[in-house]
Amino acid sequence: MEKNKIIELKQIVKEFDGERVLDSIDIDIFDKEFVTLLGPSGCGKTTMLRIIGGFVKADSGELWFDGKEISDVPPYKRHVNTVFQKYALFPHLNVYDNIAFGLRLKKMPEKEIYDKVEEMLAMVNLKGFEKRNVNLLSGGQQQRVAIARALINSPRVLLLDEPLGALDLKLRKDMQNELKNIQQKTGITFIYVTHDQEEALSMSDKVVVMANGQIQQIGSPTDIYNEPVNAFVADFIGESNILDGEMLCDYRVKFAGAEFDCLDKGFDKNEKVDVVVRPEDVDVVPVEKGMLSGVITSVTFKGVHYEIIVSVGGFKWMIQTTDYAGPGQKIGLYIEPDAIHIMKKSEFSNMFGDYSTYSEEMEHLSDLTEEDE
Amino acid sequence: MKKRSLLGKAPAAPYLVWSVLFIIAPLIFVAYYAFTDKNGNFTTANFGSLATAEYAEIFLRSACFAFLATIICLVIAYPVAYYISKTKPKTQKILMVLVMLPMWMNFLIRTYSWMAILEDTGLLNTALGYIGLGPYHMINTSGAVILGMVYNFLPYMILPIYTSLSKLDPRLVEASADLGCNATRTLFHVILPLSRSGIISGITMVFVPSISTFYISQKLGGGKFDLIGDTIERQFQTAYNYNLGSAISFVLMILIILSMTVMNRFGEEEGGMVA
Repeated sequence: MEKNKIIELKQIVKEFDGERVLDSIDIDIFDKEFVTLLGPSGCGKTTMLRIIGGFVKADSGELWFDGKEISDVPPYKRHVNTVFQKYALFPHLNVYDNIAFGLRLKKMPEKEIYDKVEEMLAMVNLKGFEKRNVNLLSGGQQQRVAIARALINSPRVLLLDEPLGALDLKLRKDMQNELKNIQQKTGITFIYVTHDQEEALSMSDKVVVMANGQIQQIGSPTDIYNEPVNAFVADFIGESNILDGEMLCDYRVKFAGAEFDCLDKGFDKNEKVDVVVRPEDVDVVPVEKGMLSGVITSVTFKGVHYEIIVSVGGFKWMIQTTDYAGPGQKIGLYIEPDAIHIMKKSEFSNMFGDYSTYSEEMEHLSDLTEEDE
Repeated sequence: MKKRSLLGKAPAAPYLVWSVLFIIAPLIFVAYYAFTDKNGNFTTANFGSLATAEYAEIFLRSACFAFLATIICLVIAYPVAYYISKTKPKTQKILMVLVMLPMWMNFLIRTYSWMAILEDTGLLNTALGYIGLGPYHMINTSGAVILGMVYNFLPYMILPIYTSLSKLDPRLVEASADLGCNATRTLFHVILPLSRSGIISGITMVFVPSISTFYISQKLGGGKFDLIGDTIERQFQTAYNYNLGSAISFVLMILIILSMTVMNRFGEEEGGMVA
């Protein structure tokens, strides 16, 4: 069966004060999909969501919903509901009245509203909370009310703007599972905005990676992780060692002063490329058996594995291994052909992927992950 | 423990002294005079003498005028406050200063100015004359008295409403639109209920001074519209009947306390928005 396009963005452009936050965005979103818009702060993901919700109007381009253009349709006439970043529950209404808000506007009989509210409360595990004051609920409970308030209107599409951003880690994990379950149970299309790559990978059918107002890559979580298109995506999704390389011929690449077999082809002869090697794909071996060798500069215990930084000819690699090796020790690195991923050079080349300034990079990342706007 | 709690209360001392001197003591004086006669003997006769048609009319008129002035203030102030809260932060500051500006001038001068504007040969009629209208008789009417109240007390209505509207999270308005409200419905379902605390303090801050005001009626009403405040003033300043004046004050105070209690009841229902 042909999958049904529910939302189409065509050449969407948006500028704020002369700064282009969305640059010719084209994307199709299909019915019943769980789509995540992923990117650092300021990449345009929240603006894109707000355009779909109707709170922001694009400067140019078209927004289509289920085969009809809705660029000029006000939010209250769209079959789309939103779970807002900080919940935006109505403080003058109790839990029940918050959830019933949308249905009351539709003049539904109170009896039917009651049944539906009870059904929603059961779905979000808040039975018995009807009369509670929303201002006195915990963050997680407010979040559930916000989800119920949106879902009760049976929207075709649910927009979620960093809905779990304010929750602690444990609760966030639980809510991720719950959201995924709700999405599968209801069959509603979810468009989910987050800067948390782990959240995006674990929940989505489709991930849209954004940077600088442009879509960098659209794909399934595995595609995005295993086949990133450029250094930005490789770095943003998980940890990556990204090296300058040269494609010698099909299935043969040179980087870090050595030649390697790989699984990539279709590049020009001697084309300059970016090479990605994930930290977990590097095997630590005795120096004489290694394809590369280097000196360990730091070791961090992470629970499941050690994270070690290895200096190979000045370039700092990050490697995740379960075998302990101490700082100063010389080790060999072994890389299987399928651990090597080749990318075309891009505007992001040489900006990411070297761990020599690791701690500074962490700071940089935490800057990036600050809340949008 | 006891020492510590005394120390903890020390900063409140100036306020306590202030309250006792300027709030509690005068109240006791008012009550004392209200329940005594000229010789200092206990009596309820002062209240008895208030039970006349004349006083009933004065109380009723004061309440009516204050009520009308409050409603007019609310109708004018809400849109103004809403508009101001929607402008840029810098513009908001300028507009709020403009709202407060008249309050920098003396109350008497402001009221006198309205006399000059409203007189039969005043500014307004002169201006209207140039475009071939009027003259209209405006001064010494009930309308002029209410206008004086509205003009003088309008900022007290705008201020609290503006405060509550500027604290309103714009996301709530978006959420309301998202759930199916057009602009009108958002106003009635979200914006008005969430600014209720501002509306209630505004009503209190306009109604209370309006019902007890004096002078406005004397100057703009030409003495034809006696209000409670004027009557009290007369008892103290002209008739030197402190006992009757205090009794009227006492009744007025009870009336105000009653109406404020009703207002607060109204504000408290449906969960603590009035904090």
